[in-house]
Amino acid sequence: MLKDYFIFSVKNLRNRKLRSWLTMIGIIIGITAVVSLIGMGQGLKTAISLQFGDLGTDKLAVQASGGFGPPGTAVVKPLTKDNLEKVKKVSGVKIAAGRLIKPGKIEHDDHAGFGYAASMPDGDARKLIEEAQNLEAESGRLLKDGDKGKVMLGSNLGEQDAGLGKQIVVGSKVLIEGGEFEVVGILKKLGSFILDNVVFMNEEDLRETLDVPQEDYDIIVIQVQQNADIAEVQQRVEKVMRSERDVKEGEEDFTVQTPQALLGQVNSILFGVQLFVYIIAGISILVGGIGIMNTMFTSVLERTKEIGIMKSIGARNSSVFSLFFIESGMIGSIGGIIGAVFGVLFALGLAFIGKSLLGSDLIRAEISPWLVIGSVLGSFALGSLFGILPAIKAAKLSPVDALRYAK
Amino acid sequence: MKGTIIKLDNVWKIYQMGEVKVEALRGLSLEIKKGEFVAIMGPSGSGKSTAVNMIGCLDVPTKGHIYLDQHDISKLSESDLAQIRGRKIGFIFQQFNLINTLTALENVALPMLFQNTDRETRLKTANRLLELVELGERMNHKPNELSGGQQQRVAIARSLSNDPEVVLADEPTGNLDSKTGEIVINFLGKLNKEGKTIIMVTHDANVARHAQRIEHLKDGRVVKRS
Repeated sequence: MLKDYFIFSVKNLRNRKLRSWLTMIGIIIGITAVVSLIGMGQGLKTAISLQFGDLGTDKLAVQASGGFGPPGTAVVKPLTKDNLEKVKKVSGVKIAAGRLIKPGKIEHDDHAGFGYAASMPDGDARKLIEEAQNLEAESGRLLKDGDKGKVMLGSNLGEQDAGLGKQIVVGSKVLIEGGEFEVVGILKKLGSFILDNVVFMNEEDLRETLDVPQEDYDIIVIQVQQNADIAEVQQRVEKVMRSERDVKEGEEDFTVQTPQALLGQVNSILFGVQLFVYIIAGISILVGGIGIMNTMFTSVLERTKEIGIMKSIGARNSSVFSLFFIESGMIGSIGGIIGAVFGVLFALGLAFIGKSLLGSDLIRAEISPWLVIGSVLGSFALGSLFGILPAIKAAKLSPVDALRYAK
Repeated sequence: MKGTIIKLDNVWKIYQMGEVKVEALRGLSLEIKKGEFVAIMGPSGSGKSTAVNMIGCLDVPTKGHIYLDQHDISKLSESDLAQIRGRKIGFIFQQFNLINTLTALENVALPMLFQNTDRETRLKTANRLLELVELGERMNHKPNELSGGQQQRVAIARSLSNDPEVVLADEPTGNLDSKTGEIVINFLGKLNKEGKTIIMVTHDANVARHAQRIEHLKDGRVVKRS
């Protein structure tokens, strides 16, 4: 019987093609927005996770952060060489490496680009960084202690279409902030938007080229001894840093974090953004749902006489209810299916454009089957939900009044 | 009461129209026996339509009792009434009242859907009934592709689809020219000969004379039987 009701509903929808489509557009837009935004959001999350690389659970990062004071007056006090030396002596710290990460200009073959330059420390610390960031040479070699006037480049910079004129290869000369450097190595792709665009140079070169004071560091990376408790080491480092920088507990002008915690922070910001986007998408779906309700009420009014006829030939309230309920559910689910298809195409299209035009891996789409299934089921539920009231109205019509109703 | 299919016993129907009470039926009593062909006549405002609604179980009375097959239906719920009229009463309306989105065949099969008849039986029965009203050739046409007379014949076929005991025709010729009307009335006569109880409401004496008995209504009650 249900099948017959479905056939009947399809006929009714077909009979009011224009209105059915217009109503569906509301749902289509909503579901397209939901699927593409969630897909892109998931993609962004993955992309950001990749930026952090394979950092492991035995590392800590110390960074300077804003002090307290009226907005705008807080100046970040950089980390110093002294800080690094003190941290090195904290019990449980195996290796500590100071690093500089600075924005700068790179030129090659009369083309210029902007990116980040990162310093590589000497000795054991170099190994730590190489390991933490999975640095391996695709061609040429990695930097080593004592290299001067030499750089290694993230994989994107060594690509054909890096936007820096002729493809940069091992042996090419590049200008960093006006200083000439020889490329000794191009790194393997790390899948990280940031790392794949970084110019690595030895610390001394970076200080000279970018004019960074001798004492400053941007970040101190710590590897914890194998048997040490990372949380305890973190506390000890915090204590040493507090006394070193002369700040009270709770007023730190630095942070000591595990990479996971950092990732967690970024994710929580991202979650906020996603939530906002979901709310907007949710509102558009709600509007679509109200559109369905509106259409169904109109349809009930328009078909009052038909309802009267059906009742007079034996349709029970429940039969009339089913007919209208199925119809609105169908508007919802057809709209949902079309919306999901559009959403997937839209997200993939944007990701493709992002990759080919902007060369950015940050814009990517990650669409799980559950997202698609969920949104189609959700829109069916939505259509049904907003169809309940009109269907009840139709079912409750008295046959006498309905038959008397003139079109 | 033996042989009685429908009995109205002192039936009152009072509508509340804002402040005013309208008494559409004022103690209407009527008895129709199985196999009868009865015409109900009366001028407009005589309560004919309300009487049809009562006889057809489309509405329940304010006061009084209605017995269908000796069961009192005056206090039943709308859904129970729907079930009863779907099974026991076939309707024919002045304006045909076919569903325009459905073909003739589907229109005839629809009452059976509401009785949960299976699809195969529905189509078979609908087919047979359309042959009966001589519309076998046109069963896949939609109502707007049929003439008025043809539409009314589809409606007759539809009224028979659940094999009801009573066929209730409300001004069945009202929208037809006299020649087509004649054909429709002849069909009703034929059904009556096959044993169906026919109740026909009309204001046209020429149509009414086809019936065995005429009940004249005025001011909500029967004033004359002929």
